[in-house]
Amino acid sequence: MGTIPNHIAFIMDGNRRYAKKHNLWADDAAGHKAGFLALASMLKYCYELGIKCASIYALSIDNFKRRPNEVQYVMDLMLEKIQGLLKEESIVQKYGARVYFRGNMTLLTEPIRVAAEKAMVATANNTGMMLFICVAYTSTDEIVHAIQESCNNKWVGIQEANGSKARNQAIRDVEYQIEEKAIIKLRDIEKHMYMDVAPDPDILIRTSGEHRLSNFQLWQTTYCLLYSPAVLWPEIGLRHLVRAVLDFPQHRSYLEKKKEQA
Amino acid sequence: MNMREEMQKASSLIAQIGNFGLQLLWFSLHLSVSTWYFLLEIAHMVESCFISSGLIKSYKALNLGKLRYLAIVVGSEEAYQTSKVIELLQWLEAIGVKHVCLYDMEGVLKRSKEAILEKMSNTTVFQEADENDKLLAQKHMMLEFVSFSDGKEAVAKAANLLFAKYLTSNNSSEDEEGEIFTEPHMTEALRAVGSGGPEPDLLLVYGPARCHQGFPAWRIRYTEIVHMGSLKSMRYGSLIKAIYKFTMVRQNYGK
Repeated sequence: MGTIPNHIAFIMDGNRRYAKKHNLWADDAAGHKAGFLALASMLKYCYELGIKCASIYALSIDNFKRRPNEVQYVMDLMLEKIQGLLKEESIVQKYGARVYFRGNMTLLTEPIRVAAEKAMVATANNTGMMLFICVAYTSTDEIVHAIQESCNNKWVGIQEANGSKARNQAIRDVEYQIEEKAIIKLRDIEKHMYMDVAPDPDILIRTSGEHRLSNFQLWQTTYCLLYSPAVLWPEIGLRHLVRAVLDFPQHRSYLEKKKEQA
Repeated sequence: MNMREEMQKASSLIAQIGNFGLQLLWFSLHLSVSTWYFLLEIAHMVESCFISSGLIKSYKALNLGKLRYLAIVVGSEEAYQTSKVIELLQWLEAIGVKHVCLYDMEGVLKRSKEAILEKMSNTTVFQEADENDKLLAQKHMMLEFVSFSDGKEAVAKAANLLFAKYLTSNNSSEDEEGEIFTEPHMTEALRAVGSGGPEPDLLLVYGPARCHQGFPAWRIRYTEIVHMGSLKSMRYGSLIKAIYKFTMVRQNYGK
């Protein structure tokens, strides 16, 4: 496995504080733009350090509660940047990254959904880094959605297996089975999580010194090292990433041991 | 011939000096980093002493209003040190924390429940039914014991409850699905399978790494997670400092 982490997750906190701090046109939009530049650099460093997978908390379902013009701005910025991913000179194409958009896509507008789909198709054959962009995402929504999908699948499976049996009869059969043993297993739920194809994150970096996960990958961070550097996201640099990566091997053996015991 | 031998000797000597130089550099780097961490540790100890003895005014009066529920995650090996756990709980009781959730992956603390409750007077085990009454007026400290099986496995159990509901709903139209598979229903289902405790405001990790070790995902959406170091070297002053810092945090909840 080596001493380089496989997957680093980023919570990009601090764009608005950065804008305020630097009095950038006195609005948050400039902070988000600066944040995007920082993201591009961090992805470049991840690629250079040989990190195979990165995930970012681009838009939380909670963020929809923000002021409408800020939400609109972020959506427009996102659309612009997603469309930019398709261009030759984009970082994604340069480093051969494969892009995945994960989250409750039904909460997004049609143009963004279409652009995201296009970007995923365009990068589907890339074999470099995997980049997970979590939009309209929260862990609790992910878990409920995974359960819903598992239930739907099981129901379809039951209907197919029972053929012409009456629906009520099938229900009675299954209910009886539920009392005896579980129909929906843990692996069914995990198969339907948004982040199913990603390895669990080894390190999660949240900037601005905030110490919470804010509903990001709560399920996947059982053995994940959490980092909370005080730096604001637009000011994050290579040294913060290196620090996290250098600390990783020391904890890896402890976490590996825990995984085996589980 | 002589020339070549001389050259070889010279290059091997240079290589040796180079090696030695690198080793010296590595050693001095290692030494300076170790010294730095050592000094940091001394500073923390001194600060902790000051805090414990009440010398630092700002830590004297803690506003515990925001800290309704505290969780402690302990590495499973360290969880065997029941006396240390009891000491920690006694500190928390002295500080005035009323609700504590104790977590370790393997359930060591669950098994030590009797031993812990014996040594702690004035504590009761958290019961779901009592939650709303006791939350407001309590003289006792409430303890909850949680392990890995209350996390993902409990979610799978709750999923089966929701599946049963889904099956017995009148039509399996999309609207019906939307009614059944919601976050509030999931919270209720988790409660029904016995894993529905409240969400901790603050989670203190006593172990080698800042990692929540599988604490039930449903309950740590906005929980502040702080690393306290190992249980063996826990300090009262560090505990006060962590709680104080928590009371100063302002959350936007995504807004």
